[in-house]
Amino acid sequence: MNTQALFGQLLIGLINGSFYALLSLGLAVIFGLLNIINFTHGAQYMVGAFVAYFLLNKAGLGYWWALVITPFAVGAVGVIIERTMLSRLYKLDHLYGLLLTFGLALIFEGAFHHQFGSAGMPYSIPESLQGVQNLGFMYLPNYRAWVIVASLAICISTWFVIERTKLGAYLRAATENPTLVQAFGVNVPRMITLTYGAGVGLAALAGVFAAPIYQVSPQMGSSLIIVVFAVVVIGGMGSIMGSIVTGFGLGIIEGLTKYFYPQASSTVIFVIMAIVLMIRPQGLFGQR
Amino acid sequence: MSEQAGDHQAHDPSWERRYERNAFVMLFVAFAVMPAFIYPRFGSQLLCFAMFACAFNLLIGFGGLLSFGHAMFFGMGSYLSAHAAKAWGLPVELAILTGAATSLLLGALTGLLAIRRQGIYFAMITLALAQMLYFFCLQAPFTGGEDGIQSVKRGQFLGVIDLNNEVAMYYFVFALFLAAFGLIHRIIHSPFGQVLKAIRENEPRAISLGYHAERYKLAAFVLSATLAGLAGATKAIVAQNASLTDVHWSMSGEVVLMTLLGGMGTVFGPVVGALVIISMQFYLAELGSWVTITQGIIFVVCVLAFRRGIVGEIEAWLRKRRRPG
Repeated sequence: MNTQALFGQLLIGLINGSFYALLSLGLAVIFGLLNIINFTHGAQYMVGAFVAYFLLNKAGLGYWWALVITPFAVGAVGVIIERTMLSRLYKLDHLYGLLLTFGLALIFEGAFHHQFGSAGMPYSIPESLQGVQNLGFMYLPNYRAWVIVASLAICISTWFVIERTKLGAYLRAATENPTLVQAFGVNVPRMITLTYGAGVGLAALAGVFAAPIYQVSPQMGSSLIIVVFAVVVIGGMGSIMGSIVTGFGLGIIEGLTKYFYPQASSTVIFVIMAIVLMIRPQGLFGQR
Repeated sequence: MSEQAGDHQAHDPSWERRYERNAFVMLFVAFAVMPAFIYPRFGSQLLCFAMFACAFNLLIGFGGLLSFGHAMFFGMGSYLSAHAAKAWGLPVELAILTGAATSLLLGALTGLLAIRRQGIYFAMITLALAQMLYFFCLQAPFTGGEDGIQSVKRGQFLGVIDLNNEVAMYYFVFALFLAAFGLIHRIIHSPFGQVLKAIRENEPRAISLGYHAERYKLAAFVLSATLAGLAGATKAIVAQNASLTDVHWSMSGEVVLMTLLGGMGTVFGPVVGALVIISMQFYLAELGSWVTITQGIIFVVCVLAFRRGIVGEIEAWLRKRRRPG
């Protein structure tokens, strides 16, 4: 057994798992309050990567600036989308939210494709994160280690905010019964808007993390979001911790599959989804 | 998608029947003379996509199930029909049947999984399963990977009618379309279709009345998948190829768009929607990404302002005009 290659694939699995976790977390947060599956999530992740690219090449602002600015910039676009479009759909069947966000994803993807073509654009790793650590059994690039640690930290702080703070308590209460929470004087519509903005911001942040690893290209989000949907079905959207654990876990499983049986690596998550649906249709962490 | 629910109640059935008959006659005449005005090969493709959209509409419009993975049935039907005609040398009618039968099996298999969840989850599950099938088609040896299956022979229908003649091909596809359309019409007006509607409107109540909701939903899913497969199988013969485009998620999105634009849950909406979307793709083809952008805009506009779709709006207008106030 080639341990070097095995750990290499495990590392790639962990990286992919970070993105699965970050994106499914955002989807779960949005779904909890808005009851909408945000199909635009993949496009917003892609836009995040592009914003980082523009900041570097047009404004001369590097990676660390991008990390701060991008989530707010893309999140603000999300706020506008929520205010002007999504907010009109809450009384309708939830499926209309899916259709609308699918349309928005097509618009984003088409527009970026029109401007930049389908060839990927490189984004270099920031200087402070270049270099490699020799762990003895494998070489660990600093940037990849950073992405895993940072994603984990963001996931856990999101969990903390939602499960352990007063703001999170409002959020959870509004998820259960928005009318009652509103009657207590909490501005629920504003909370919904900001929640959508925050979810979108998470997607954009994931996009910045991804920019130096993958090429920045208009279609980087669309295939990823479908895998993330499968991750969400497997985990069930009931619990925040559930989506974090499922995201990382499935990334690792995918990495192992790439090592042991590469032909199945692109389908393994979907196969797991099928098995979970047979045994536990509500998802591993789902309630109902 | 229960919005149209209220519309259906207060109408007198004889008017509805007359409306449907008149609209059908118009549709029939329009398609019957179409080859005189447009390129018949394009007309044949239009009919295939209209069939696809009608099959999709059976599921969303009458079963209330939004599948975001219908490309897998269209694409598998297309691949198997092309493969049967090319590699196995089957005559065209058997090749098309092979494609439809494959989608029937696939529909039963995926349907069993997908109907375990409802609403948004159902959409995500069908999308994910279709993506799995996409990767399968990318790797499987018989699909030809990125190249697809090219230059499929059309041959003779029942050994008599030469389908290499584009006009003959058109009327062959037209006959298939009428058969599928008639079947769907039969299904939605049958007791089975009525139960399906009841489940769409209120599933717990239908269950409490003693109906096995899951079985009905599965049956609707399989029927829809089979007809989508028939559409794909026919398309493979018309276009003489099958490729990854047919199983790609954007194809699933397109059929949703056709049905939404034409009018979900209306009998004629999907046909009109397919006509508009396919013509738009055909005439805007040189503009590249603008096709995607336009499709996205149509989605947004339809959802925000135009949820009944073209035919739905016309029907609503006709009803209002008939009974003012």
